[in-house]
Amino acid sequence: MKKMMMMATAATALMAGSASAEDVKIGVILGYTGPIESLTPHMAESAELAMNEINESGAFMDGMTLVSERADSTCIDSSAATAAAERLITSDGIKGIMGADCSGVTGAILSNVAVPNGMVMISPSATSPGLSTAEDNGLFFRTAPSDARQGEVLADILTSRDISEVAVTYTNNDYGKGLSDSFVSSFEEAGGTVTLVSPHEDNKADYSAEVGALASAGGDVLVVLGYADSGGKGMIRAALDTGAFDTFMMGDGMYGDAIMADVGAYMTGSFGAVPWSSGPGTEAFAEITKEAGVNGDSSFTRESYDAAALIALAMQSAGSVEPGEYKTHVMDVANEPGEKIYPGELGKALEIIADGGEVNYEGATNVELIGPGEAAGTYREYVIEDADFKTVKFH
Amino acid sequence: MEFLNAIVALSNYVLVPALAYGSQLALGALGVTLIYGILRFSNFAHGDTMAFGTMITILMTWWMQSVGIGLGPLPTALLALPFGIAGCAAMVLLTDRVVYRFYRAQKVKPVILVIVSMGVMFVMNGLVRFVIGPGDQRFADGERFIITALDFRMMTGLKEGLAIKTTQGITLVTAVIVVGVLFWFLTHTRTGKSMRAYSDNEDLALLSGINPERVVLVTWLIVAALATVAGTLYGLDKSFKPFTYFQLLLPIFASAIVGGLGSPLGAIAGGFVIAFSEVTITYAWKKVLVYLMPESLEPSGLVQLMSTDYKFAVSFVILLIVLLFRPTGLFRGKAV
Repeated sequence: MKKMMMMATAATALMAGSASAEDVKIGVILGYTGPIESLTPHMAESAELAMNEINESGAFMDGMTLVSERADSTCIDSSAATAAAERLITSDGIKGIMGADCSGVTGAILSNVAVPNGMVMISPSATSPGLSTAEDNGLFFRTAPSDARQGEVLADILTSRDISEVAVTYTNNDYGKGLSDSFVSSFEEAGGTVTLVSPHEDNKADYSAEVGALASAGGDVLVVLGYADSGGKGMIRAALDTGAFDTFMMGDGMYGDAIMADVGAYMTGSFGAVPWSSGPGTEAFAEITKEAGVNGDSSFTRESYDAAALIALAMQSAGSVEPGEYKTHVMDVANEPGEKIYPGELGKALEIIADGGEVNYEGATNVELIGPGEAAGTYREYVIEDADFKTVKFH
Repeated sequence: MEFLNAIVALSNYVLVPALAYGSQLALGALGVTLIYGILRFSNFAHGDTMAFGTMITILMTWWMQSVGIGLGPLPTALLALPFGIAGCAAMVLLTDRVVYRFYRAQKVKPVILVIVSMGVMFVMNGLVRFVIGPGDQRFADGERFIITALDFRMMTGLKEGLAIKTTQGITLVTAVIVVGVLFWFLTHTRTGKSMRAYSDNEDLALLSGINPERVVLVTWLIVAALATVAGTLYGLDKSFKPFTYFQLLLPIFASAIVGGLGSPLGAIAGGFVIAFSEVTITYAWKKVLVYLMPESLEPSGLVQLMSTDYKFAVSFVILLIVLLFRPTGLFRGKAV
């Protein structure tokens, strides 16, 4: 152990020694320990894949190289995450943050570290609607769509189906509450009526009370914003059993095979939405991750790649690695106009920018940043037929 | 007609679900109350004992399903139930042998036994997850409904439907049988009488020549049977997930305490009190009242006393009130 420690120290010293003025450090702050520790290694590898691609092209900022500096956000411990980010900025001198992952720690790093230090942050996976309105001085972006956007998509789906009266149940946590609030406000804005909003707890013994109340309130459809393997399924099952509702609309947490195996046969005609990526960007990403031996199918790997790529492209576009200067260029490279850039084409993008051209970074998730700099996201609208999800269209 | 619709709506959303849930709680609470009355401690491992028994039943059910043994319209799990009970009994006897007996011999205070039972709870919890996995398991088969809401509407021509699931029917019938047998056993057999004597006054019972180890053995056997039956019925009616069984512990203990710990009759009453209070107090009466009231008086709101967010608060407020004004529970159990 001691030997290994020494070796590690030596390696660090070596790396530090080889670091030159040409190196640009990017903080990769993700929860390497904690509830999503099984996802984060793949996310970090995907982000580093983008950095490697840029370094190999040699076209970045006249030969500068990107160096990844990982730090642990823990996903849940805000003070640990804040300390980690603080350390990266003050002692490592990073020029941008790819992260953080969970909404809570992302908000904490943003307000305690990023804003005071003027550091650009691009989160691949924080989806809380609260972050859209956070005070960020134009420093915060995300490549994952906000749940507020999902609420709008769900409301649109109902409007397009001429459904005007619904009851809503959500899982009683930050995710469920945030999604439910955004859905209800978008739906009511569109002229719909929500008869009752009733939260449900996960893993509870009995959901008769909730279903009874929702049935009394009535509505054409029951909107279930919960988890497929937990309370959400319990609610649907209780509603089907009592005959309270026969059509359901489901949020992204409800997408899963478990629910189809269990109650799918009784849910024909129910529908919902789930974030989805498709098209040339997704295929290209699958190809390069396979080649590099990175697990690109894991959650939020595409968003991580895109977040790292956006930081580099924005730096190139601004001609500067200083956060204060390139922060305004993030939206420029992500959106139209310009030539579409897919994964594996980062070198080409850097050259176009260097030659004075414009790029429209599509990436692995068809990146388009809207509002305060967050991904619009692509949602797949599905309908249930024969206990299976059938695509209706993409939003 | 309007009146009938109101009754049907009320039955469908309140009476039938609450009766089934109440029976499941009552069976669970009976196990807790027996251990409290005879072994004199609150067994926190009860939820996970239920999960363990149910797990064995599920494994047997899967095996039976794979070789084509079935009960037709009834769930195969009923056939596997005896095996589940046997497995669960073996498990609790083993824990009694290696854990509880040691502490019983030392005559430790009940509070220590409670902590010990928490340790047992974690071990069993881990064991169940290890064997069957932490996810949801499906094992129900046979007819799902005795009558569906749609069939009922077609049959009666009423606007409201009444759905009765097979599992709800089975739950109620089984609960009545099990409770009947238990009470007959406790009041009419020699062993049952000796258990009650042991529960009432341990020293006097020992002096009269009652073998304490035998009483303990029989108690564990009954508890294993009750836990497995309750767990299997619950799993059939809703779904089997180890974590949910762990969470069931709370309403089960609430039921046992409301009824009076140590009182079998109280456990049953407590189960129904908790189940009905969870469902009725937060029920939105609009649907029922619309049928009953003349049109001019129809409510526009939901007529909901309390949002469903508070359903757990309701059962615990009842628990508090009972403890404040009748610390021994509704049926004069032992003081907690």
